[in-house]
Amino acid sequence: MTSPVSPAQPPGAHLPDHPDFLWDNPEPKASYDVVIVGGGGHGLATAYYLAKVHGITNVAVLEKGWLAGGNMARNTTIIRSNYLWDESSGIYEHSLKLWEGLEEDLGYPVLFDQRGVLNLAHSLQDVRDSVRRVNANRLNGIDAEWLDPEGVKEVCPIVNISQDVRYPVMGATFQPRAGIAKHDYVAWGYARAAHAMGVDLIQNCEVTGIETAGDRVTAVETTRGRIAAGRVALCAAGHSSVLAGMVGLRLPIASHPLQALVSELLEPVHPTVVMSNAVHVYVSQAHKGELVMGAGIDSYNGYGQRGSFHIIEQQMSAALELFPIFSRAHLLRTWAGIVDVSPDASPIVGLTPVEGLYLNCGWGTGGFKATPGVGDCFAHTIAHDKPHRFNEPFTLERFTTGALVDEHGAAAVAH
Amino acid sequence: MQLIPCPWCGPREEAEFHYGGQAHVAYPEDPAALTDREWAQYVFFRDNPSGPFAERWSHSAGCRRWFNAVRDTRTHDLLSVYRIGEPVPAPSESEEVNS
Repeated sequence: MTSPVSPAQPPGAHLPDHPDFLWDNPEPKASYDVVIVGGGGHGLATAYYLAKVHGITNVAVLEKGWLAGGNMARNTTIIRSNYLWDESSGIYEHSLKLWEGLEEDLGYPVLFDQRGVLNLAHSLQDVRDSVRRVNANRLNGIDAEWLDPEGVKEVCPIVNISQDVRYPVMGATFQPRAGIAKHDYVAWGYARAAHAMGVDLIQNCEVTGIETAGDRVTAVETTRGRIAAGRVALCAAGHSSVLAGMVGLRLPIASHPLQALVSELLEPVHPTVVMSNAVHVYVSQAHKGELVMGAGIDSYNGYGQRGSFHIIEQQMSAALELFPIFSRAHLLRTWAGIVDVSPDASPIVGLTPVEGLYLNCGWGTGGFKATPGVGDCFAHTIAHDKPHRFNEPFTLERFTTGALVDEHGAAAVAH
Repeated sequence: MQLIPCPWCGPREEAEFHYGGQAHVAYPEDPAALTDREWAQYVFFRDNPSGPFAERWSHSAGCRRWFNAVRDTRTHDLLSVYRIGEPVPAPSESEEVNS
């Protein structure tokens, strides 16, 4: 499948060929044990672990567009587990460990590349917060180091560590086991493996209603007819509020556009992932050679999958100060995904007041890295009608009890 | 870049404005009487519609005054803007003022 790289080959020539055929496009059956709403990474991973770990294969994944065409196709593919709080460390590190064995598990290349992630500090307070996070990570068994500016330069020589800029680099946290993966391949790998175990992947099938009897979910109405369901699992990211509203459930979620962009293909210049919370840009170089850059969310609620130009301007000015050598790079394309931001910047994963209806949302700007971990934990939650220990803290109830997992500003990136 | 029609200053670039989230969320009339669940609703839960949404904006780099707007969250079209204290314009009265 792969071919060796030679200098004569263009960037990306070493990548595996696109697969011809990975799954069927079945007609929906009249009923399933579990219906998963949302055919992105989280939905596909959940279906995979339901079948593989729990033996539940009478499962449909419903996708209103095409598989993995929403946020899964729009993210910046960064994977890390350097979160501050124990609850977050638990689920993200669980996920990172699954990433480390995912190619073998799926029997499919996902190009997980542990090239490390630098989170830059630009002020004394940034430095203190960062060192605190490094210590917290280490106490949780997560690899983390504090680097001074020269250490940053050693890991990523193109970072400008001059102190004569507006927001000088004062150091960085470094997680060597972090990295990137190829998002499409991740989705296809899960889809292929889930399909092989009997899961129906149904595209162009939008959920328009959710039926309940008493307190229990019974079916979903879709643009391709009614589908009875023993259990319904929501994995629809930005549209979770709309779906939950179908059963009268209000969520503490705001949907925002989150933009990203890529440059033209360049020679390999950027060996790691660099994130900066204070000036807000995050940059890596894709396997093929594009510089992939993410920004912060647009401030307003939106479902339109496009954002504001001034966000890109701020992101570019930050990128150029950090990486002066990018000044001649051409922008190839920009896009936006719709992210579901919760008040404490942590996900909501678990049971709902409606029996048999399960919720997975609120991952905000960081859902991609959680794909294997949440798939595993959410499948457990659905199969046992009880949260897995790693998603137990992330209940909807925490907004009433006050047991928040406040990762705003703590998770190494602003939301 | 989106032009936002400030009710006092007229259309200005979006970068001059600060977003304030959902409009017309009233502070509880009798705070001491609220249950934890009701407090949670007031503090954390907001409408998040895919469609028209009444929300607050501040013209923070201009007249610095707050106002309300109804915006379609699917298209970002501002369907109406109105001053604080005025009721939400009925959908039939909402004219598209900017697209």
